[in-house]
Amino acid sequence: MGATIKAITTSEGVPPFAFSESALAECREIIARYPEGRSKSALLPILHIAQAENDGWLSVNAMDAVAQVLGLQHIEVYEVASFYSMYNLRPVGKHLLEVCQTTPCILRGSDDIVAHIGKKLGIHPGETTKDGLFTLKTVECLGSCGTAPMLQCGAKFHEDLTPEKVDALIEQLRSETKRNNYTDR
Amino acid sequence: MGRKLLLEHDDKPGIQGLEVYRAHGGYRSVEKALRTMTPDAITEEVKKSGLRGRGGAGFPTGMKWSFLAKPEGVPRHLVVNADESEPGTFKDRYLMERIPHILIEGMILSSFALGANTSYIYIRGEYFYVSRILEKAIAEARAAGWLGRNILGTGYDLEIYVQVGAGAYICGEETALLESLEGKRGNPRIKPPFPAVKGLYDRPTVVNNVETIAAVVPIVNDGGEEYAKIGIGKSTGTKLISAGGNINKPGVYEIELGVSVEDFVMSDEWCGGISGGRKLKACVPGGSSVPILPAELLFRTAKYEQRLMTYESLSDGGFQTGSMLGSGGFYVYNDAQCIVRSTWAHARFYHHESCGQCSPCREGTGWMEKLLHRLEHGHGRMDDIDLLWDIQRRIEGNTICPLGDAAAWPVAAAIRHFRDEFEYHAKHPTKVRDPKHFEKEPMVRVTRAEMA
Repeated sequence: MGATIKAITTSEGVPPFAFSESALAECREIIARYPEGRSKSALLPILHIAQAENDGWLSVNAMDAVAQVLGLQHIEVYEVASFYSMYNLRPVGKHLLEVCQTTPCILRGSDDIVAHIGKKLGIHPGETTKDGLFTLKTVECLGSCGTAPMLQCGAKFHEDLTPEKVDALIEQLRSETKRNNYTDR
Repeated sequence: MGRKLLLEHDDKPGIQGLEVYRAHGGYRSVEKALRTMTPDAITEEVKKSGLRGRGGAGFPTGMKWSFLAKPEGVPRHLVVNADESEPGTFKDRYLMERIPHILIEGMILSSFALGANTSYIYIRGEYFYVSRILEKAIAEARAAGWLGRNILGTGYDLEIYVQVGAGAYICGEETALLESLEGKRGNPRIKPPFPAVKGLYDRPTVVNNVETIAAVVPIVNDGGEEYAKIGIGKSTGTKLISAGGNINKPGVYEIELGVSVEDFVMSDEWCGGISGGRKLKACVPGGSSVPILPAELLFRTAKYEQRLMTYESLSDGGFQTGSMLGSGGFYVYNDAQCIVRSTWAHARFYHHESCGQCSPCREGTGWMEKLLHRLEHGHGRMDDIDLLWDIQRRIEGNTICPLGDAAAWPVAAAIRHFRDEFEYHAKHPTKVRDPKHFEKEPMVRVTRAEMA
């Protein structure tokens, strides 16, 4: 609730969205985990799939497609998507760098890591580089306090960070063609 | 070296997989339980063990299980709380990542005891990769006949599913977790009814922490009485502690409850002392929600007794001079750290994570964050300190769920023990604008040990 949620709330000018066949199959498999009549339970996992298939964010079109898959009212999807911090309601860069900034990380120097990334990429937390490659985001405790400071990019945790490690990671990500998603296996 | 019940084999290569896990005694408790014990007998052993909820509240697990309503014809559920989001806590991640099968094994025992045939693990979205490890372990266990229909030919059926969250601390609160598992916003429910009567899909449900469920494995293997022999008083068994902050050896340690706090911090067996050759300043012993303890109250209680790693000893002195064992998220501050800065970060966390249902929490957490931000950044006033005190007091106890209390306590404890530091911030605005203001010039505090 803390940060202002600046969602893009229109489908105008936003690319259309449709689930891939493999994603639909995965959705069906997830729905089967829950008792009959309780398919709404699958909403969070399916939103993750939609986000991964929509360049890392949830457009109105993507959320409407989720509503259709689960037979929900659109608002039931919007109200959930806007509650959880891992759903991006605006486009993000190809590589979303989520740096933990909660107290145990601060004690081990996360402030310096946030500043270093910001300086290196020329952006502030919440911003995306002009080339669309990187978004820097500060997040709350990721449960990696013993290996702080740390950041998450897609499914991966990058831990015990130093400015040198961050530089190497950024260079490595520049050469990657694929987006890192939470749902990566 | 103390006994290890959960992490005994965490260093064995391949322990993530079923074969190696089996080779180290894995799943033998399931054979024992399903073949020779009744569900009630398992609950009885858990009661005898004195096991208390390892998520933070420390409520006796056997008692929680005994509250479960058992109406005829209504399915019951076990839901494992793997939403581990309490700042400072990373033990469940470690356990699930290293030894996923111990959670599955514990879930089979617990589900059998509770009469549940479908159980869920709700894991925080940030741990997506851990959910893959769990799913793999579940598939392995299923293929080997430990899950599915008619387990070991006993007629007992069980399916386990993993559900990922999407970034919300509040979903660690059990009723918010159930809402989230039902595909809704994580707004805690008003209690009663408790989940034991109306939980997931309005069915009787038990929600337990990962570590709690894993601890059922040694309890069934060795018996509740054996488990209760470890520890002191009502703090029985072993506990996973997530050690972080300014120590030489951060990590997850399994300790026998009753180790002294001083040994835990200073001994090379565990934290290995304070890092950077600096002095100990303070410690949050049980996750960010519990009161911070200044150095002079960490190793010794106010009565100057040795402080121990137990539920009772850490809370000795109440909130005036004590704290809580909580989730075991134990993080240490050295003397370069600023209490106002860390309290501001705590307040920011709770403001970000408040679900917004109750106005004292929704408005109060934001107000506290703003006041602490301005104090830390050199724009604060002396009367901000009393205002902060007043706000936290009005949040505590006035909300549906304990997040309000959890937001209030760290602020209250910081002011109670470090008021001089808050006053310093109001008095020296230009000095504190440098974020590392205490690195070169720590605030000198005279400890009772030095006074003596």
